[in-house]
Amino acid sequence: MHRRDFLKTATAGSLAAAGSLAMPRLARAADSKVLHFVPQANLANLDPIWTTQYVVRNGSLLIWDTLYGVNDKLEPQPQMCESHEVSPDFKTWTFKLRDGLKFHDGTPVLARDVVASITRWMVRDAPMGVPIKKRTDALEAVDDRTFRFRLNQPYPKMLFALGKSSSPCLFIMPERIAQTDPFKQISEYVGSGPMRFKRDEWVPGSKAAFEKFDGYVPRAEPANWLAGGKRMYFDRIEWHILPDSGTASAALQNGEVDWWETPLSDLVPLLKASPNLKVDIADPLGNIGSFRINHLYPPFNDVRARRAVQIALSQADYMGAVVGEDPALWKPIPGFFTPDTPLYTENGGEPLKGKRDYDRAKQLLAEAGYKNEPIILLVATDVAITKAQGDVTADLLKRIGMNVQYTALDWGTVGQRRAKKDPPAQGGWHIFHTWHAGADCVNPAPYTALDASGDTAWFGWPKSDMVQEQIAAWFAATDLAGEKTAIDKLNKAAMDDVVYIPTGFFKGYQAWNKKLTGVVKAPFPVFWDVKKA
Amino acid sequence: MFAYAIRRILATIPVMLVVALFVFSLLYIAPGDPAAIIAGDQATPADVERIRESLGLDRPYLVRFGDWLWHILHGDLGTSIFTNLPVTHMIAQRIEPTLSLMVLTIVFSIVFAVPLGVLAAWKHGTWIDRTVMLICVLGFSVPVFVFGYLLAYVFALTLDWLPVQGFTSISDGFWPFLRGLILPTVALGLIYVALLARITRATMLDVLSQDYVRTAKAKGVGQRQMLFVHALKNAAVPIITVIGNGVALLIGGAVVTESVFAIPGLGRLTVDAILRRDYPIIQGVVLLFSVTYVLVNLVVDLLYTVFDPRIRY
Repeated sequence: MHRRDFLKTATAGSLAAAGSLAMPRLARAADSKVLHFVPQANLANLDPIWTTQYVVRNGSLLIWDTLYGVNDKLEPQPQMCESHEVSPDFKTWTFKLRDGLKFHDGTPVLARDVVASITRWMVRDAPMGVPIKKRTDALEAVDDRTFRFRLNQPYPKMLFALGKSSSPCLFIMPERIAQTDPFKQISEYVGSGPMRFKRDEWVPGSKAAFEKFDGYVPRAEPANWLAGGKRMYFDRIEWHILPDSGTASAALQNGEVDWWETPLSDLVPLLKASPNLKVDIADPLGNIGSFRINHLYPPFNDVRARRAVQIALSQADYMGAVVGEDPALWKPIPGFFTPDTPLYTENGGEPLKGKRDYDRAKQLLAEAGYKNEPIILLVATDVAITKAQGDVTADLLKRIGMNVQYTALDWGTVGQRRAKKDPPAQGGWHIFHTWHAGADCVNPAPYTALDASGDTAWFGWPKSDMVQEQIAAWFAATDLAGEKTAIDKLNKAAMDDVVYIPTGFFKGYQAWNKKLTGVVKAPFPVFWDVKKA
Repeated sequence: MFAYAIRRILATIPVMLVVALFVFSLLYIAPGDPAAIIAGDQATPADVERIRESLGLDRPYLVRFGDWLWHILHGDLGTSIFTNLPVTHMIAQRIEPTLSLMVLTIVFSIVFAVPLGVLAAWKHGTWIDRTVMLICVLGFSVPVFVFGYLLAYVFALTLDWLPVQGFTSISDGFWPFLRGLILPTVALGLIYVALLARITRATMLDVLSQDYVRTAKAKGVGQRQMLFVHALKNAAVPIITVIGNGVALLIGGAVVTESVFAIPGLGRLTVDAILRRDYPIIQGVVLLFSVTYVLVNLVVDLLYTVFDPRIRY
C-alpha cells in the first residue's frame, strides 16, 4: 500500500469510528420517570434537626412531611393535620391528624410520633421552638390522631411555627427516631413524605437518590409551595452533587442533568442562550446581604460609629459585586424585611437612601472617638457572596478613614471566629459578612439576625430595648394590622440602633431543561407537580 | 531482596506513626469548628458547645490522639462527623474512581510519554524534538482545570462523544467505565506526560552518547533495536524513579480533576472534608495516601533490580 492510500484509509476509518462513537448519542437524562437534579450543595447528612443547612432541609422535604406548610403567600396551611382548635386566649391548641398517614416502613403516623418530633425540634429551633417550649405546660397525645399543647402564655403564631419553611423545619419522624438526642444525628431516615431515601445508593459528596413512596396520600388541594397535594410524577429523583459550576453548566447543556438549583450568575447568559434550557428566578423571596457588626467593642460599641458606616454604605456597590450587572437580580432595601411580602416596610430607612455621605461619616467616627485603631474584617474568601461583600467593605472603610485589617479566611474558620467575644485584637473581630434567606426575614419569628437581646443575641450581640419591645409586640399581635404597626416601629428601631446593615436584596437564578414542566419559584426546590416530557 | 522488602515494609510503621502524629496535630491547631458548621447560623453558643461535646471535640489533645490511634490500630479509622458513616466505608466508596483514574493516567502517560521522549532524543535538535518539547512546556504550563474544561467543551459539548461528568463503575461495563474516564485521564495525564517525556529525552540523550551505543551502531544493530532494547533499558532507572515520585503529583492533580469532572473519588472527599473540618475523614485519607506513597516507592526500588541487574539489595 502506498503512503497516501494508507493515510486516506486511516482518515476515513477515523471518521467512521468517530461517527460510530457519536451515534447513538450518549445516554441522557432521558427517562421521563427519573429526575436528575443538581442541588445547591453537598448533601452530607440528612438530619434536618441536627443541622440547619438548607440543602439538608431541601432533601428532607422529600422524605418527611410537616404538620403545616406555607404557601406562596406565606400563609400556613394544614398538611399532615386535618384540623385544629385553639382556645380564645391562644393557650390551648388541639390538632387532629389526617387519616391514613403512613411512614415509609409501613407503620401509621400517630400522635405520639408527632409529640416526640415536636419535643426534639423545640430544643433546637431557637427562634420559635425554644420560646414555645418555655411556654409549654404540657404537650400530649390525646389519642392516636390527636395531640394538644397546653401553654402558660398565649402563642398566636403557633401555626406559622409548625409550618415554618426555614431551618430547622418541624418534620415528623417515627417516635423511636425522634427520641434521639437533638444534639446527635439520627441514624434512620424514615419519614412519611412523598419520596423515600435510598440510603444504599447514597455517596455523600456525589449522589443521593430518592424513590417514590407509594403509600403517600397527597392532600386534595392543588400544590402550592409546602401546602396542598404533593403529587410526585417521578419514580425516582437523583441528586448529583456538582460543586464545579462549569461542570454543572456543561452537564445541563449536554442533557446529562435536568435541573440546576443555583447556577452561577456569570454563567446565566450562556444558559439563556441555549435553546434547550429555561432560566428563571429561583426564589422570589431572595436574600438580604448582611454587614454584621460587633457591638461589644470600640469603635462600634458607640452607635455613632455604626451610623457612620450606615450612611456611607452604598448598596449598589455591594450588589454590583455580588450579582453583577443584571438589574433583575437585585434592588436596594432600606429596611430589614423581605421586599414584596406583607410586612415589608421602609420606615426609618432614610440612612440607607440617597447620596452617600463620607464627610459626615468621618465626622461621626471622630465623635465616637475612633483613632485609627485596626478594624478586623473577617472575609470568607471561599464563598463568592461573602468575598464580594468583604472587598467592597474594605474599600468603603478606607474611604471613610478607617484602618482596615482584611482577614482572609474560609467559611469554616469565620464560623468559629465570629462566635468569639474576645476583644478584636485578641482573636475577636469587628465585622463579618453573610446573607440571610428572604424566607427567614418575612417576620421576626425566624429572624435571628434581628434579635437585639445583647449577650444572647446572634453574633455581634446587639442590645436594643426598643427593638426587643417591638419584636414582643409582633408576637403578641393577633391580626395583620397589629403586626404591621409593630414591624414599622421595629424597622425604625433597628435602623436607629444599627443592629446590622443590610447590603441589598438579591436573588438568584435556577435553570432547567425545557423538557420539564411545573418548575416554580420558591425558597426551596418544589419537586411535586414537576413533569418531564 | 525478600528480606529487603520486608525491612522496608516494616520501616513504614514508624513513618506512619510520624505521619499520624503530624496530621492529627496539624488539624488540632488548625482554625475552624465543625460544631459551628453543623449548628448553623441560628444556633446559640450553648448549642454549639453541646454539639462539640457530643462529638468529643471538647476532650484534651492527648486523649483524642490516643483514642484515635487506638482505633486505628484496630483497623477503625473513625466515623465521619457529618455523614455519620464509617470513614472506611466512605473511603471504600471512593477508592475505585481514584484508583482507576490514577492507573489509567499512569498507563496513558507511559504509553505516550516514553515514545515521545525517545523520539525527541533520537531526532535531537530537529523540529520533531522542538515539537515534543513544546508539548512538554504546555503540559507544565496549562493548569489541569483549564485543559479539562477545554477537553469537555470539545469532546462532550461540541462533538458529543464523551460525557461531561460522572463515573461509572467497571462492574457496570468496561466501555461505560472507560468512556467516563477518557477526558479526566487525558487532562490529568498531560502534566505527567510532560514530566516523563522530558526525563526520558534527557536520559536517552545521555545514554545515546555512551560508547556501547556507538559500538552497537558499528556492529550494525538496527535503529529500533538499538533505541528500545539497548538504550531505553539503560535509561529506565531514572524514568521509573520519576514515575514513582510522580504519584504525589497525581494525587494532587486528582483532587482538581475529580472536581472538574465530578468524579466521586478520594480527592473530592478530601476537599469536602477539609472545607467542613471533618477531621476523621481528613486523617484517614491522608494516612491512606501516605501508605500508598511509601509502598509505591518500595515497588520502584524493587523494580530497579529488574531493569539494572547490577543493583542489589
